[in-house]
Amino acid sequence: MLYIKCPYCGYRSQNEFAYGGDATIKRPELNKEVTDKEWDNFVYLRKSPRGKHLELWHHVSGCRQWIKVLRDTNTHEIFNTYKSEDKVET
Amino acid sequence: MTQSFRLDKTGLINKNKKISFKFNGKSYFGYEGDTLASALIANGVHLVGRSFKYHRPRGFFGAGVDEPYAIVQLYRNGETDPNVRATEQELFEGLEAKSVNCWPSVNFDIGAINNFLNIFLPAGFYYKTFMWPRSFWYKIYEPFIRKAAGFGAASTKHDKEKYEHKYEYCDLLIAGSGPSGLASAYAAAKNGARVILAEDKPRYGGSLLTSDVSIGNQSGKDWADNIIAELKGMENVIVKNRSQIFGYYDHNMLVMSERITDHLPKSDKHTPKQRMWYIRAKQVVISSGSIERPIVFGNNDTPGVVLASAAKEYMKVYGVLVGKKPVIFTNNDSAYETAIEFKKNNINPVVLDSRKNPQSEIIKEALSLGIEVKFSHVVVAAKGYKKVKSCDIAMISDNKENLIDITNIKCDCICVSGFWTPTIHLASQSGSKTKFVEDIDAFIPDKSKQKEITLGSANGVFTLDETLKTSFQKGYELSKEITNQDNKLQSPQVSEKQQSKHDKFWCVPLPNGKNYKRFLDFQNDVAVSDIELALREGYRSIEHVKRYTTLGMATDQGRTSNLNGLQLVSKIENKVVPAVGHTTFRPPYTPVTIGAIVGREIGKHSKPTRKSPMHSWHEKNNAVFVDAGVWLRPRYYKKDNEGLFEASKREAENVRKNVGVCDVTTLGKIDVKGKDSAEFLNRVYTNAWLKLPVGKARYGVMLREDGVVMDDGTTTRISENHYHMTTTTAQAANVLSHLEYYLQIVWPELDVNVVSSTEQWAGAAIAGPKSRDLLQKIFPDTDVSNDALPFMGFLEANLFGVKARIFRISFSGELAYEVNVESDNGNFMWEKIIENGKHFNLQPYGTEALSTLRIEMGHVAGSELDGRTIPYDTGLDGLISKKKDFIGKRSLLKKAFNETDRQRIVGVVPLDKKTSIPEGSHLVNDPKAKMPILKLGHISASCWSVEHNNPFSLAILKDGKNMIGSKLYAMSPLKNKTIPVEIVSSHYVDPKGERVRS
Repeated sequence: MLYIKCPYCGYRSQNEFAYGGDATIKRPELNKEVTDKEWDNFVYLRKSPRGKHLELWHHVSGCRQWIKVLRDTNTHEIFNTYKSEDKVET
Repeated sequence: MTQSFRLDKTGLINKNKKISFKFNGKSYFGYEGDTLASALIANGVHLVGRSFKYHRPRGFFGAGVDEPYAIVQLYRNGETDPNVRATEQELFEGLEAKSVNCWPSVNFDIGAINNFLNIFLPAGFYYKTFMWPRSFWYKIYEPFIRKAAGFGAASTKHDKEKYEHKYEYCDLLIAGSGPSGLASAYAAAKNGARVILAEDKPRYGGSLLTSDVSIGNQSGKDWADNIIAELKGMENVIVKNRSQIFGYYDHNMLVMSERITDHLPKSDKHTPKQRMWYIRAKQVVISSGSIERPIVFGNNDTPGVVLASAAKEYMKVYGVLVGKKPVIFTNNDSAYETAIEFKKNNINPVVLDSRKNPQSEIIKEALSLGIEVKFSHVVVAAKGYKKVKSCDIAMISDNKENLIDITNIKCDCICVSGFWTPTIHLASQSGSKTKFVEDIDAFIPDKSKQKEITLGSANGVFTLDETLKTSFQKGYELSKEITNQDNKLQSPQVSEKQQSKHDKFWCVPLPNGKNYKRFLDFQNDVAVSDIELALREGYRSIEHVKRYTTLGMATDQGRTSNLNGLQLVSKIENKVVPAVGHTTFRPPYTPVTIGAIVGREIGKHSKPTRKSPMHSWHEKNNAVFVDAGVWLRPRYYKKDNEGLFEASKREAENVRKNVGVCDVTTLGKIDVKGKDSAEFLNRVYTNAWLKLPVGKARYGVMLREDGVVMDDGTTTRISENHYHMTTTTAQAANVLSHLEYYLQIVWPELDVNVVSSTEQWAGAAIAGPKSRDLLQKIFPDTDVSNDALPFMGFLEANLFGVKARIFRISFSGELAYEVNVESDNGNFMWEKIIENGKHFNLQPYGTEALSTLRIEMGHVAGSELDGRTIPYDTGLDGLISKKKDFIGKRSLLKKAFNETDRQRIVGVVPLDKKTSIPEGSHLVNDPKAKMPILKLGHISASCWSVEHNNPFSLAILKDGKNMIGSKLYAMSPLKNKTIPVEIVSSHYVDPKGERVRS
């Protein structure tokens, strides 16, 4: 079970969190024309990298904040965690 | 009764306390501190089971966790446990155990015929034998395999015992209380670290209990006892025996099962039987020791063949002799300790050492004690069926390939030692790679992956002096990093005998003309010949060989067999052992009971139960409850002999005719506040929200980004920047997460806050033509007329001194209101409604009537919004705004979502107007067509329409829009029903929606 440092609450076990997928996905702006391909990429297509992955986790049984976690999908090592508004270079 | 194999003077057991027990129906006694195994051996019992495949007689092989044979069915306090290792089960008064895998008895086992038919049971026999004909699988092969497979039987009764879970955090977790565990724990604890020291066995000390060493001026055992006593007295240390750390998971989370009362006749009322510990450790010390491995020879599975270390443990710990005429067969020095121990107890062993001319202190000692030692000698084969009676021995050539001068000598046990295998399971589970060390012919952990270190013989270090020095040092260093303290202890002086090198010899060749079975894996009956066959048949990967032959599987996970198996594969394949590799070590290290895994999360405790504030009223008034997610809701209120059908029909009819009240507290409620709330709702819902006035409610539908309907509900504008959102009971939590995601991640610029208020409000829906009259009665000071409180209106009002919110919204399709009060006032509100409703023939109604009312109105709910339907499918396309963008809108342009014959909600009535249609039935054109029949749609919800007095269902049907009036068939293969039906509008009652506005 992962041990995730919530930027608001400190270290908490994984069972307090819900996984939220790739944190680098950007929703197309509202009221803007998007092609079928762009929209499908946003809704359905995700990379599944082996290695570093910036992802969202929701501290559902805690402060209810969505946070960003930079994790190695292969080793489960967590390099760092961030608040949702933090800019992260990957 | 005397125990002829019990020693008077040695042993750590309490000989003042006799304990009686039964094995296979026969009574015996042992002493406090015995295991079932030691007590049986003391009584001369060696035949304890039958082997898995050939049903050959099985005795004891080890003295602990490594035991592959002595698996028994245990009976305790009216319960039974399968798969119990007799070598680990401590004796208690009244213990009963039986042999497994034998019928009718362990002495006369019919399955032993397999032993003579063994040419039909080669490696992979399951795969070869049970393939054809296919029709035999269900009735013949599968039942046979199920009956033949496994040891013992699980109880089918409810387990009365309690099990607990515990979460713990520490600086150092130390797995194993042998020399390295004790030393590192002591050094770290003295340096201020919070330490948990876990020992699987009842006694602490590991190898110190049986080895002939001294530490400082004490014996190894005394040193261990003193350290443990001191650790137990320290506040920063938890010391646990009977506790197995069986799994090493991510981020230094380890799981330990503590056996609290397994060694007692029964658990007292409040004590759990076992406790599962989830431990998050900053550092882990793996001091799990090593297990002796056997040398492979003919008939090496005969009862009486034991590990030399086990023979020594039986003598030194339990005061029990495994035999009185022992042969000791070894390739290394450690078995000499066993020989010397026999000699000290006036038993004369014969030592066969495969080495030609080894020189060491302990060999000298053995010789000086007059022990007979034959160098360059091996055991060729054990003789005897249910117990060793003699053995064939021979001289072996220097190249270890030829046997010279085979002779037979009498003996009653063969103590075998093929050197030591480090127990690297935990290190491997943590993700560390392993490396093969030629010096010890075994794998040890390579570089640590997590924050862990392996010490002592688990790391391939077999001298006490080096083990203690390293362990004291590491205990100090690791604790210093955490505590920043600098209290360093000196490692004590050690006196031990130096050992000479072991012989790289692990398998005795077969003599000419003999085909003795030479077993590698004793639990699964895997012999050398099986591995040879698997390799001949083309299996190469060690993982494949394992699965094909079952080498290293089952409860002992190959603790004594894996390395010899690898040696064999490496020899045949002509590869070095590390190139063959080993199979993966997976948790659990030893079997863990399901009870311990489940803990207290059983029955009602497996999930929380949520109850509305009016729950006790429902109980008192004969409500029959139903689970709605984690909520308990009244399904109907039983009167006299009514069943579900009669009661719900009565309740629904009363709503249509008079007035009913339903507890709707469970609906999800979310408070939405902030100056951008209107804009946010406008993005979340499919319809327009910017112009909703204060004091008005609106029905809304929200989508996922893929265009599928996520949830629906009404949201009310309480004040300029304050909304009260409702969700369905089931989706409440998901909707809140969904809103938080958009507010925090996608549109953080919006000034909006959301919080769940589900539990803050109690809700009652008052529905029916007389509901306004009732409402007026409970709110005498408030004008609730159609003008003052129109459909979708909202008022705050005073309910006999309690603040209330009135929403004029309707799920039933009748004139209806929802009254909310703060939860603490819920029961007060409910009783006032009931009391004042008597005059109007008010009846409470449950979820079943609620469903009936909404189904015949064609209102959609979870069964239609099932995560597969888009707004069009459920008739909600009228709520799609063309003017604005919202979550999921772009997906609605997808081609498939705009096909002209797209599925859509319809009503379904059976042609006979009598037969109810099972939910989940398929709608088909021709029920007699060849399978698979083309499915046109499915029944999503069914009820008995109280308005029309006949069955009515909702369905999602292909091209539903153009199917009204068609005749189809509803097929339910599960219920074996085919019902001719007519497709009608989904709005079966009040299609124009006039009642809600009346």
